[in-house]
Amino acid sequence: MAEPLDDYIDAVSKALALPVEEAWRPAVRANLEVSLRLARLVDEFALPDETEPAPIFTA
Amino acid sequence: MTAKPEMTAAGIASAVRDRKMSALDATEAALARVKQHDGILNSFTDVSADRARARARAIDADIAAGKKIGPLAGVPFAVKNLFDVAGLPTRAGSKINRDLAPAKRDATLIERMEAAGAVLVGALNMGEYAYDFTGENVHDGPSRNPHDTTRMTGGSSGGSGSAVGGALVPIALGSDTNGSIRVPSSFCGIFGLKPTYGRLSRARSFPFVASLDHLGPFARSVTDLALAYDAMQGPDADDGACTTRGVEPVTPLLEQSISGLRVAIAGGYFQKNVFPEAVEAVGRVAKALGATQVVEVPEAARARAAAYVITTTEGASLHLDRLRKRPNDFDPAVRDRLIAGAMVPAPMIDRAQKFRRWYRAQLAQIFKSVDVLLAPATPCTAPKLGQVNFTLDGVELPVRANIGVHTQPISFIGLPVVAVPVPLEPLPIGVQIICAPWREDIALRVAHALEKMGVVAAPAPRGL
Repeated sequence: MAEPLDDYIDAVSKALALPVEEAWRPAVRANLEVSLRLARLVDEFALPDETEPAPIFTA
Repeated sequence: MTAKPEMTAAGIASAVRDRKMSALDATEAALARVKQHDGILNSFTDVSADRARARARAIDADIAAGKKIGPLAGVPFAVKNLFDVAGLPTRAGSKINRDLAPAKRDATLIERMEAAGAVLVGALNMGEYAYDFTGENVHDGPSRNPHDTTRMTGGSSGGSGSAVGGALVPIALGSDTNGSIRVPSSFCGIFGLKPTYGRLSRARSFPFVASLDHLGPFARSVTDLALAYDAMQGPDADDGACTTRGVEPVTPLLEQSISGLRVAIAGGYFQKNVFPEAVEAVGRVAKALGATQVVEVPEAARARAAAYVITTTEGASLHLDRLRKRPNDFDPAVRDRLIAGAMVPAPMIDRAQKFRRWYRAQLAQIFKSVDVLLAPATPCTAPKLGQVNFTLDGVELPVRANIGVHTQPISFIGLPVVAVPVPLEPLPIGVQIICAPWREDIALRVAHALEKMGVVAAPAPRGL
């Protein structure tokens, strides 16, 4: 049975022209699960609309 | 006079200055020690003996001619192999980069160390592309812990930790994106300085995560750490993130009293997921400094998560073309992490960078009432090479993912940190002395005071 993230991995792999061989897929998926879990932790934190990102470009 | 392995950089420079020892003798002693022990430690990937001897002879000639010499005259040092060394391809721990043309010019920090009289003796092993906390490398083999060669050095500056911990050289340079100076310092029982983000130039070093990359020194004493740091400071137009602040020397300030400094222990997140050794080490340092106040650092777990997201996505962006063209030449574990990083949705990265600014403001508030924060450098002493899991409070946790949990929320906002080694038995472990931005002086003064009290010290290598 396909894992929930497999369709997403296939789509992004195609969009970025980034090869993901079948043998790598379980590790890529496991890493992506960790990255998305941690990204959600950041996402859940409400920030004011005016918040600037940390890096500032100086012209 | 012969250079003994335990000689500090300050001791070597003093002996060379006073003509009790030549720079060439100091260099030969380091090269001999590398030859004797590096077969086991595997800390060096390149030994630049000819270059080092030529440089040492030039220093000796300057001394004979009565010319002014620098504060690090004749001091051997080595650099993580992501620093450009003229004549070598900058491999950054990878197989792929070995195909690069040799660097034409040294990294800025090497130039500044040599301008102060130091002598480069080689380049050091590291985790592939610095995406590592273990010091293991599938292409070059693992660097080994000088106190127990069956154990990890920590990474990604593993060779730097091993070379200084094993007393092959008194000073090494490394990089720290999420903990890669502080972790090897902890596991190898040495001092490491991760300066404020932007303090030291990264020009002509191979990057990993531009938002988070720092360079800094390792040493066996705080004086040596400060000497190296002072020699490397100053603006550099070749690094867009480098400060325009002038040089702010710390060496002359080291003996200043630390009484009156407000020292607190980082609580909450920083007291969780730690082994008893880390608790013991922080406790000893806190007791010596009379610190009893515990300060909660808000949202540290989220800060670590945001650092992780920025790291994996910026790292993926850096390596995207190599991932397309040469995926099989990566360490598979690094490749699979980077591919996953390329797949994180873009809004998450923007939110992580915005959270970074929010979190910076929270710490700035804390540093209004506190001068120093204490936290573990690592949750444990050095694990076994190849160890995958450890058990903490009855829960099995992955080693690699948990080594940097206490360093990541600090480098995330670029705070200066001195990692100090607490010489526990059987293995040392580090404590982070964390200060407000641009206050490396305070962190180094506190580290020096602890060293004088005998609370922290770099133990002699026990595994050699």
